[in-house]
Amino acid sequence: MAVCIAVVAKENYPLYIRSVPSENELKFHYTVHTSLDVVEEKVSAVGKVLVDQRELYLGLLYPTEDYKVYGYVTNSKVKFVIVVESSNTSLRDNEIRSMFRKLHNSFTDVMCNPFYNPGDLIQSKAFDSVVSSMMVQAC
Amino acid sequence: MDRGPGTASGGSFISISENEQRCYSGLSTLCQADSSGKLAASKVGELFRASQLPAETLHQITDVCGAKRLGYFGSGQFYVALKLLAAAQAGLPVSLESIKEELPLPRFADMKDDRDPRYPSRSQSSDTPSHQSAAASESVPRAPMDRGAVRHQGSISERKEPWSPPPSPCRSPPDSPLSYHSYAYSIPRNGADAHLGQTPGVSVWAQDTSSPLHYGAKPPMEHTSSRHSAERPVDHGIVDYPDDPWRITPEQREYYTNQFRSVQPDLGALILGSVARNFFTKSKLPIPELSHIWELSDMDRDGALTLAEFCTAFHLIVARKNGYPLPESLPPSLLPSFAEKDAAPPKLVSEDMFFETSGAPQQTDLVLAERTEPLISFEEPDPGPSLQEKSESEHKALLSEMITPKQDLAEELPQSAFSPKRAPVTTDQEKPPERFHRAPEQDPPHEPEPHVRSRARPRSYSSTSIEEAMKKAEQPPTPPPRPQKSHSRASSLDLNRLFQQGTHGLKSGYLPHPPALPPRPTATQIPHVPPSTEQSSQKAVRQPDFADFDRFREEPPQEMGLLQPPQKPLRRKYHPESQARDPAQTFGSPAHPPGGNRPPQKLSSGQKKDVQLAIRKNKETNAVLMRLNSELQQQLKVGAAFPLGCCALYTLGKFQVLTLVRLQVPPLLVSLRTLAEQSARRMGFPLRAMHHQPACWLSVAAHVIPVRDTLPSSPKQQQGDGKRIPPLPNMTQRPGTEAVLQSELPQAPPTRGEPIPCHCRS
Repeated sequence: MAVCIAVVAKENYPLYIRSVPSENELKFHYTVHTSLDVVEEKVSAVGKVLVDQRELYLGLLYPTEDYKVYGYVTNSKVKFVIVVESSNTSLRDNEIRSMFRKLHNSFTDVMCNPFYNPGDLIQSKAFDSVVSSMMVQAC
Repeated sequence: MDRGPGTASGGSFISISENEQRCYSGLSTLCQADSSGKLAASKVGELFRASQLPAETLHQITDVCGAKRLGYFGSGQFYVALKLLAAAQAGLPVSLESIKEELPLPRFADMKDDRDPRYPSRSQSSDTPSHQSAAASESVPRAPMDRGAVRHQGSISERKEPWSPPPSPCRSPPDSPLSYHSYAYSIPRNGADAHLGQTPGVSVWAQDTSSPLHYGAKPPMEHTSSRHSAERPVDHGIVDYPDDPWRITPEQREYYTNQFRSVQPDLGALILGSVARNFFTKSKLPIPELSHIWELSDMDRDGALTLAEFCTAFHLIVARKNGYPLPESLPPSLLPSFAEKDAAPPKLVSEDMFFETSGAPQQTDLVLAERTEPLISFEEPDPGPSLQEKSESEHKALLSEMITPKQDLAEELPQSAFSPKRAPVTTDQEKPPERFHRAPEQDPPHEPEPHVRSRARPRSYSSTSIEEAMKKAEQPPTPPPRPQKSHSRASSLDLNRLFQQGTHGLKSGYLPHPPALPPRPTATQIPHVPPSTEQSSQKAVRQPDFADFDRFREEPPQEMGLLQPPQKPLRRKYHPESQARDPAQTFGSPAHPPGGNRPPQKLSSGQKKDVQLAIRKNKETNAVLMRLNSELQQQLKVGAAFPLGCCALYTLGKFQVLTLVRLQVPPLLVSLRTLAEQSARRMGFPLRAMHHQPACWLSVAAHVIPVRDTLPSSPKQQQGDGKRIPPLPNMTQRPGTEAVLQSELPQAPPTRGEPIPCHCRS
C-alpha cells in the first residue's frame, strides 16, 4: 500500500500526485521531486544500450528512514513514483511491479481518452479509483 | 415449419410455426433463460399472468407442458406452454391435443413482443394494459403513440423523451432540445401526437420493473431533421424506463446508430477518439464530463468507439443533458452486452431488419452457440421495438431462428460487420435485471469487451479483436521510444556522439540519419555499384571526415554503397541550383560547395585507396554523363538545357570525385566510367578501373568534353577557366557538357589531381 503516488510528465512536472492526507503532503511532494533526479540517473545509466532493453520498472530509487521510493518510467518518459512506508515490509518487489503495471494501464486509458490533452492534469475518476485502491487505507 | 422443441410430454412433437417460433423465442428471452435453458420462473409466471388467463388455467398449462414435472421451464416446456396459452386464449381446452393445430399466438397483456398477429390485438390491449401499467407507464412518458403510427413513421430514430417521469408528451417537444436535434419526439412527427403514450405493452414485464419498451411509442422524431443536425439530441429521454434511465430504447438506439453513421458510414468500424471528441464536444457538455463519459463508454480501452460504445456514450450524454448525474460506473443496462444487444436492433430497424437477427449472427461464433434460446428470443422481443417492422422482423426472426440462426442471420444481416463486438441482441423490453442477468452469460461471447475489461488490458501489446487491432493501429499510441541514445539531459551531446558513432558505423550500416532518399541516379549508380564496393568503403571512410557530407552520405540506402549516398545528396543540392540557373553556368557553383568541403587531409592509405576508387568511379560516371549530355544536345541542337541533371563533384581529400546525376545511358556510363578511370590514371590518381571497355571508351572519348590538360599543373588556372572548356573535337560547346566539366574544375583544389576533363582530352 502506497503512501504517495505521483505521475510526472516527461518534462518533469507533475501530472498527478496524491498522498495519504494524514501526513504532511509537502514532504511527499518534496520527496517525489528529489526522486526525479534518481530516476534520471537510472534512465541515463541504462541508456547505454538500446531503449528497448531498458527496463520500465526502475526499482527502489532510494530508501530513507521512513519510507522507500520506487520508480517506473514509461517509454514516453512519463514517470511513476510510489512512496511506501519503510515499515511496510510485507510489500514485495512483485507487488510493487504489479502496482506500477496497473498504474501504467490506467494511465494509458487516460491517454486514450480523446478529451484528455497530454500535459493536462489527470482528472480521470477511473484513474483516481485505481490509485485509491493502491493507497494506504488507513487515512 | 420448424419443429418446436420436444415437448415435455415427450414423444409427440408439437409443430410450431414460424411466427410462433419467433414469438416464443422472444418470450423465452424475456423470461431470461439462463445458460442451461431454464427460464426464470418468475418471468414465466409474469408472462402467464399477462396472458390474462385464469390462474387455474395457468396451472393446467404448467402441468401439461411438463414444467411442473420438471420443476422448471425449459425451452421445450416453455414453447408448449405458450402454445397452450394460445390455445387457452382461443378457448380450447388445455391439452396437448389442442395445440397440435395451428393456433394464433398467445396474447399477453402488455407484452411488448410484437408479433404481427398480436399487434392489432395488442395495440388495443396495450391501451388497457397501459392503464394498468399506468404506474409503469408513467415512467414512460411516451405518448401511446399508436404503435402503428410509430411504426409508420418509420424513422425511429427519434428519441424518446427525457426520462423524467412521463410527463407527457407535451413536455417533450418543448423540452427536447430542439436545439439538439429534435429529439422532441413528439414534435415532429407528431403533429398529432404528442401522445406518446408509452406502449404499455412493452411492459408486460414493465409492470414490475417498468422497463417498458419505450419503443413502442416512441415517436420517431423526424429522424432526418434530427439526424441532419449534427447535434446531439439531448432530450431523448428514456421514456420507457422510469426506473432505468440508462437503458437505451430502440428508437434511441436507432438514432444513435444514425448518428454513428453520419460520422462513420461503416457501422462495423470504429470512430476514432479525436473524431468522437469533436462530435461529442458539440453537445456542449463540459470537457471533464465528456472525459468521464468517454471513460465509461470506451469499454475496450482502445481509444475508439464501436457502435455499441458510441451508443453508450451518446446515451450518457443525453442523460447528462437531461439532468441525470453521470454514474461513477457504467450502468448495467449500458454494459457492453446490453449495448450490443440494443445496438443490434436499431440497426435492424433502420435497415428494416430485425435486430435480433442481426444481433444473433453477430455473435454467431460464441453466443449463438451457447444460447440458442436466448438468441432466438432476442429476435422476438426486439421485433417489439421495431413495431414497425413487425412482419418483417418476424419473418426474419423466424428465418433466423429457424435454421442455423446464426449462419443465416449472418448472411442476411448486413450488420454482420458488427459481429466482433455485438452481443446477441436482447429485447429492450427486458428489464434491466433481466439484462443484467443475461449479461454475465453474454459476457463470454462478447469477448472483446468483457474480456478486455477483465483481463489486464493488453493495451497496445495485443488485441483481442480485429477492431481493437485496428484501433490500436489507428490511434496514436504512446510515443514510441525515442531513437535517441541514452542521454539524460542534453540531447545535443548525444546527437553529436551519435553522429560520430554513426560515421564510424557507416560502414556497418548504422545510420542515425533519416532514411535514405530514393536513389535517383540509378543509371549512374548501376555501373558504380558493382565495382563500387571498394570505393564505397573508401567513401565511407572518408565520409566521417566531412561534416557536411556525412549527412548526405548516410541518407542513401546502404546497400548502394556509400558511394551513392554522397552522390545523391549532393546531387540534390545541386540540382535545384542547376535548375534554377543556367545549367551551363551553375555547375561551377554547385560544384563549389562540395568542393569547399574539403575533408581534412588525414586519410589513411587505405582510405585514400577507397577514395581513389570512388573518384574513379565518379569520374567514369561523370564521363558518361557528359557524353550523354553532349550527345543529346547534339541531337536536340539545343544550346541549353542540361538533360541529364546536375553533376556534383565531390572532392575528398586530394581527390575529386565527380558525381553524376541521372545518367540514363548505361552503356555510356560504362564508357564514361572507363573514361573516368583513364582520366584519373592520367591525372595521377590511382583510380581503380571498374570496367574497361576500350571500344566504348574510344567512342566516348570522342564525345567527352575535353578536360584541361593543364589541370594537374594549374588547378587554379583551371578553376578560373572553369567556364571555358575547350570544346570537344566533335562537339560544340554545350552548356550541359560545360557544366559537367565545370563542376569538376572548380572543385579541383590546387593540390588535387585533376578530374576527368583532362582525361578526355587525351
